[in-house]
Amino acid sequence: MNFDLSDEQRLLQQTVDDYLKTESPLSRLREFYDSDQSIDPVIWKGLGELGILGVQLPEAYGGAGLELLDLACVAERIGYAAAPGPFLAHTIAALALSLAGSDEQKEKWLPQLATGERVATLAFAEPGALWQPEQWKLSPRDGRISGQKENVLAADSADVILVGLDQGELALVEASSDGVHFDPSSGLDRTQKTALVTFDDAICDPLPGGSGVSGRVRDAALVLLAADAYGGGQRCLELAVDYAGTREQFGRKIGQFQALKHQLANLALDIEPCRALAWYSAYAWDHIPEESARAAAHAKSHVTDRFTRVARGTVEAHGGIGYTWECEVHFWLKRAIFGRTFLGTPRVHRLRAADLAGW
Amino acid sequence: MDLAYGKEYEAFRLEVRDFLAEHWLQGSREGNAPQATSDFRQTATDRGYLYRGVPKAYGGGEQPADALKAQVIREEFGRARAPMEVSGNGVSMLVPTLLERGEEWQKEKFIRKTILGEYQWAQGYSEPGSGSDLASLRTQGRLEGDEWVIDGQKIWTSQAQHCQFMFTLVRTEPEASKHAGISYLLVPLDQPGIEIKPLKMITGQSHFNEVFLNDARTPADWIVGERGEGWKVSKTTLKHERNAIGGGSQAIFESLMRLVGKATLDGRPALEDPSIRERIAALEAWVWAQKYTAYHQMTCGLQGKDPGIVTLLNKLLATDIGHEVAAVALELIGDASLKEPFAAAPDQRGDERWMNQFMGSLGNSIAGGTSNIQRNIIAERGLGLPREESTA
Ligand SMILES: Cc1cc2nc3c(=O)[nH]c(=O)nc-3n(C[C@H](O)[C@H](O)[C@H](O)COP(=O)(O)OP(=O)(O)OC[C@H]3O[C@@H](n4cnc5c(N)ncnc54)[C@H](O)[C@@H]3O)c2cc1C
Repeated sequence: MNFDLSDEQRLLQQTVDDYLKTESPLSRLREFYDSDQSIDPVIWKGLGELGILGVQLPEAYGGAGLELLDLACVAERIGYAAAPGPFLAHTIAALALSLAGSDEQKEKWLPQLATGERVATLAFAEPGALWQPEQWKLSPRDGRISGQKENVLAADSADVILVGLDQGELALVEASSDGVHFDPSSGLDRTQKTALVTFDDAICDPLPGGSGVSGRVRDAALVLLAADAYGGGQRCLELAVDYAGTREQFGRKIGQFQALKHQLANLALDIEPCRALAWYSAYAWDHIPEESARAAAHAKSHVTDRFTRVARGTVEAHGGIGYTWECEVHFWLKRAIFGRTFLGTPRVHRLRAADLAGW
Repeated sequence: MDLAYGKEYEAFRLEVRDFLAEHWLQGSREGNAPQATSDFRQTATDRGYLYRGVPKAYGGGEQPADALKAQVIREEFGRARAPMEVSGNGVSMLVPTLLERGEEWQKEKFIRKTILGEYQWAQGYSEPGSGSDLASLRTQGRLEGDEWVIDGQKIWTSQAQHCQFMFTLVRTEPEASKHAGISYLLVPLDQPGIEIKPLKMITGQSHFNEVFLNDARTPADWIVGERGEGWKVSKTTLKHERNAIGGGSQAIFESLMRLVGKATLDGRPALEDPSIRERIAALEAWVWAQKYTAYHQMTCGLQGKDPGIVTLLNKLLATDIGHEVAAVALELIGDASLKEPFAAAPDQRGDERWMNQFMGSLGNSIAGGTSNIQRNIIAERGLGLPREESTA
């Protein structure tokens, strides 16, 4: 019995923290934020060199052969830094490919996805917030698809798109192929930019095991969203506490005011217990198949909900400056909303969790 | 990360199960008479399953500290619905305090009978003028010959009317500063100098009391720690109290689920109502967050690591979950909430019994230190925000 991260996992987190702190400082993040880029090529390459884009992939394909928990450890630090780019979609698409792809597909894509030289993304949502595998309608005819997918992360930077199809099937579409069009969405969270993708008779390459894994792939993505949200919430709490220790009003640090103390204590109470739930959902995905779907649904809905509350509270604790574009706090507020809504709102997953519990 | 207990502990689990199968009539509290209950406790203690932290010399189970074995025992006893340690302040607060700070003779005299449930203890801390600001307490104690003579009043003293003793905080060094003037005394309650007046609680029951001390007496050596050290000694106790209240909310969630399972809303099973389904799922996620946070704390304890701020959050987390359980229950019991929870005979009570949990969850925001005080502690000790001088 040991419910804690291993030394290796902590080291992995430390490596990501150190890298992002030096290479992706706020000044750089701000530039990215205000640009139209969906990937920061330097940071993306750097993350690839750290080996964290292939943590979850088999060693035979250039990955580290580790578990979802390890990937979630990374996602937590990515969320902490509000790191730019499609980490979530890229790693989950690669995971799906490793679980359900043919040898040929894996050979073709995985080694370069593991290093980040090529970028993958997820196209799941169909108009009307139809995110879940059992809701997907897009269906191929003679190996080609036509239709739309919304909220596709970094679609314009991707080389390959993992598309969710009717019956929960999955297929790869090369982004450069004919009949694939992108319309950048004016997304709220500019650290994770998305686009609307329109397929017009585009060639798709089905994953042989697609329908067998799509639920599990969705669950893995929910786990990463929860981990990212915990990391983001932890960062917000730190920002709020730091500010309370520097800003002065009425001749003293605002952190001396009890009302503010209690607000910050409540933020801690909201976010800190989320860490263990996020961990558990990852652990369950790796080791407790009978509970993993419910744990993922619980983690995603609970942690992203709490992160949203904590990010709002952090803005409030900053006063007027917190309400500006200039102050970084909104990066996390918007990332919180992204995590909350992407792949289905808390309500959707709570109702799923209730079904999964057999209630 | 590994949630499996491993071979050694699974073997231990089987051993505990065998023990329970042999000594406890599974699943039927009713089938086991009170004498059977205390005999069972004795056997379980002798086997090292109960009072593991208490030396054999004082009647305990005396086992090397092993949080995992303790957890396995809780799980298996819980499953068999077998009696665990005696509940109450004596076992949860006084015994650990005595073990840490007591004199040898005090341990010998008090611990054995306390863990057998023969001695029951009230916690005499709060006073009419001193609650959150406990260190301002004014009940006086002065040494006269070989006795302490105590004058003053305690209030909200839970179960005092059923207890033989009280551990209490008394000002014995009037010249010393606020915190340094307090001593931790043990006092027999059955004596002319003590009058106990039950107070009717919000639930209609009288579980707490006023305790008037007028020339009350206790032997000079019934003091734990030195004179003027009472505040420090009481911190040992409060720490244990926080642990006790901060326990998991799984059990109350499960009883809520039994209510959800049988309740109806608008003539249909409540379980079919999407808003209820959503709400209980949200609640379960919260309970899981608490549960795995506890696992993390247990792991840190086993490995001698500091789990961080979460230890300060346990009490509020349990309190807040309890409030949400109460809110959902209120929704489900409908008109039963109009009834007094204890008016009917125990076997006649219906869903109105949830109104006791409704009230009790509120009591948890007050008893053992209010939620606001806990938030002060989280902010100052946990988050490192500046301390308010005026409340130091
Ligand atoms: C069911 C129950 C059982 C109890 N059992 C026992 C017992 O067995 N033995 C015992 O000694 N006591 C017992 N108590 C008493 C309990 O410990 C006190 O009620 C509690 O510590 C609060 O003290 P108070 O009642 O004087 O409230 P006050 O301290 O007057 O508080 C009133 C309000 O003011 C707030 N407040 C006070 N100071 C601050 C501050 N610095 N910052 C922010 N807010 C503040 C409080 O949070 C609260 O909301 C029990 C209480 C209850 C409800």
